[in-house]
Amino acid sequence: MAILITPSTKILVQGITGDFGGRHAKLSLDYGTQVVAGVTPGKGGLFFEHGTHKVPIFNSVADAVKATGATVSAVFVPPPFAADAILEGVDAGLDLVVAITEGIPVKDMIRVKRAMQGKATRLLGPNCPGIVTPGTGKDSSGGCRIGIAPGYIHKQGHVGVVSRSGTLTYEAVFQLTSKNIGQTTCVGIGGDPVNGTSHLDIIKLFNADPETHGIILIGEIGGNAEVEAARWIKANCKKPVAGFIAGATAPAGRRMGHAGAIVGGAEDTAAAKIAVFQECGIEVAVTPSDMADALLRSAKAMGVTLT
Amino acid sequence: MNIHEYQAKALFEKFGIAVPKGTTATTPEAFITALADLPEGPTMVKSQIHAGGRGKGTFTDGFKGGVKFCKTKHDAREMAAKMLGNTLVTAQTGPAGRKVQTIYFTVASEIKKEYYLAILLDRNSSKPVIVASTEGGMDIEKVAHDTPEKLFKIIVDPAYGLADFQVRELIFKLGFTGAEAKHAAKLIRNLYTCYWETDAAMLEVNPLITTPTGEVLALDAKVSFDDNALFRHPEIVSLRDLNEEDSKEIEASKHSLSYIALDGNIACLVNGAGLAMSTMDIIQHFGGTPANFLDVGGGATKAQVIAAFKIILGDPNVKGILVNIFGGIMDCNVIATGIVEAVKEVGLKLPLVVRLEGNNVLAGKATLDASGLALVSGSTMADAAQKIVKLVA
Repeated sequence: MAILITPSTKILVQGITGDFGGRHAKLSLDYGTQVVAGVTPGKGGLFFEHGTHKVPIFNSVADAVKATGATVSAVFVPPPFAADAILEGVDAGLDLVVAITEGIPVKDMIRVKRAMQGKATRLLGPNCPGIVTPGTGKDSSGGCRIGIAPGYIHKQGHVGVVSRSGTLTYEAVFQLTSKNIGQTTCVGIGGDPVNGTSHLDIIKLFNADPETHGIILIGEIGGNAEVEAARWIKANCKKPVAGFIAGATAPAGRRMGHAGAIVGGAEDTAAAKIAVFQECGIEVAVTPSDMADALLRSAKAMGVTLT
Repeated sequence: MNIHEYQAKALFEKFGIAVPKGTTATTPEAFITALADLPEGPTMVKSQIHAGGRGKGTFTDGFKGGVKFCKTKHDAREMAAKMLGNTLVTAQTGPAGRKVQTIYFTVASEIKKEYYLAILLDRNSSKPVIVASTEGGMDIEKVAHDTPEKLFKIIVDPAYGLADFQVRELIFKLGFTGAEAKHAAKLIRNLYTCYWETDAAMLEVNPLITTPTGEVLALDAKVSFDDNALFRHPEIVSLRDLNEEDSKEIEASKHSLSYIALDGNIACLVNGAGLAMSTMDIIQHFGGTPANFLDVGGGATKAQVIAAFKIILGDPNVKGILVNIFGGIMDCNVIATGIVEAVKEVGLKLPLVVRLEGNNVLAGKATLDASGLALVSGSTMADAAQKIVKLVA
C-alpha cells in the first residue's frame, strides 16, 4: 500500500515557526497527518500549537528524532539555509527528507547530492510540492500530507502520480478524483535541475507497489529524466502508464518558471520527449485536460481496473 | 542572469584567464580615449549585446556584421561609429533586435588554431562538466551531432574539485604540447575556479585560441549565472544590464511574477510554472498562439493579479486573455476578486476567458458572475482554451 509514506508515518517540520512552514504544518495536522515535531534552532522547548494539537519544537533534527521517533522531514527553510537543513536531516538518519524550498542555489544542491552519496536517506525535491498518501476519511483526510499540496482533492485508491510541477499534479489528481479514481501516492519531485529523487526512482517504487495499478507520469522540457523513466518503463513496467510533457511552446534557452525547465538542445524538447513516450508504449495525454482520460485509455487497452 | 562579453572578460582576468587586451566605449567621443589604450594595429570591433550570433547579424539600417576585423585603429573608430546606437538583429534577438549601447575594442589576435571550452552543470550526474573540442568557433551542437568523437567531456567530482589528472587528460585529448600545454592547463584550472566561485550557470569560451607565439587566449566569453545564487554575489548583480531585458519582464520581477514575453496574441495568467507552460501548450493545441508565460505563484495576492493584468495589457499584440487558476490552497475567491478589481482598474476591452477550479471555487465563480464583467467562463482547461481561441480568431 502506497509508497514512501503511509498514514502512520511520523513527520517533523524544519522551519515550523516560519509563516510558510507553519501554515502548511497546520494544514497537514488538519488532514490527520502525524506531525510529531518541529525544528527551529533556538526555539527548542517551545510548542507549535494548532487547535488541540501541541507539537514540540526542538533545536535540532537529531533531538527531534530522538524524542519523537520521526522518520521523515519537511524542509520549509529559506533558500540560503536550506542545503544545510537537508544535510542535518540526512545526518540524523531520516528515511526521507522532503525539500519544499524554492530557490536553492544549484551549487548548494550539487554539494548536497554529493554528500548524500552512500547515505540511507532519500531526498525528494527541492522546489517541490511534496508528497501525499491519501487517507480514507472525508476529502481523503487521515492520510499523510507532506508539503504544500491541497489534501482535499485526493482520494485513496490505486493510481500513482509523479510530476515535477505542483499545480500540474493537482490538475491530474483532480481529474482522477472527479472520475472517482483514487490514488496510492502522489509525488512531486520538484522543478530544479538538481534534485534528490528522479522520475525513474518513483516509477520503480510504483511498479513494485501491488496497490498501484496505473501511473501518471508528468514531465516538462529540460534534462532527460523523463526519457530515462520511459525507457525503463518499456523494458520493465507492465502497468498502464499515461504521460504528459509541458512546454511544447517554450522558446529554446529560456527558463520557464522552474529553474530546470529550459530547452538545452534537440533532445530535451517536449516534442522529443513525447516521441520517446510514444515509442515506449506510454499513452500520451494530448492536452493537460486529457491526463486522467489517457490513463483510462491505457488501462482499458491492457484490461486493468483502476478503481 | 547574463552579462556582456566585456564584463565576462574582465571577470576572466580577475581569475587569471588570459584574454586579448580590450577597452570599451559607450559614446563616439570615448572611442579615441578607449582606443588609446590599445596598441596600433589590427583591432576587433565588437557590438555588446547579450544575444549570440553577433558576427552574422545585420543592423536595422542594413549594415552587416556586429563584430568586425579592422586593420588599423582608425578603421576601428569608423566601424564603431556605424555600430553604436544602431540596432542589431541576430538569430537570437528576434526581429526587433537589440540596440548596441557599448562597443568593445580588442587587439585582433593572430589565430593558430581554434578550440571550444565550456563548463556547465551535467544534469544526468548532478555534477559540473567541462566540455571541450578541437573544433572551435563552430556551433557546438553541430559538432556534437556530426563529429561526437571530437567532443570531450570531463565530469568533476564536487567533493574534490577539478583534479590535475583530469586537466592533463583534456590537454592530451586537445593535442596541446610544450608551452601551450602549460598555458592551457592554467586556463582550464582557472576557468573551473571561476565557474565554481561565482556560482556560474555556464561559462563558454568559443573560440579558445592558440597564437603563433604560444599564447592560449579566451577570444570570446559567454557567461551566465545561477539566479538562485545571486543573493551572495552583489558584485555580479551590479553587472546586470536592464537594457538587455524585456521591460515587461523587469516589471514582472518587481512584483515577484514569473513572466516571459512570446510572439503570440493570447495572453495567459496562471498559477504554477507547470500549469502555466501547459496552458501555453493547450492554446497552441487548439490553434491559437500564446503571448506569454506568466506564473503568479502559489500564493498570489490581489495586488499581484492587478500587476499581472497591467503587464499583459502592456503587450500591444495581445488580442485576448486566458486566466487559468487551479486553486489548491489558494482561495479561488481571492483570485476572482483580484480579477474583478484589475479589470475595473485597467478598463479591459479584450475578450477574457476565466477557468477557476479548486478551493472555494463556487464563491469565486459567484464573485465573477456578480461583477457584471463581460467575461466568459471555461469549465476545463480544454474548454477555456477553445473558447479564447475562438474569441480571438
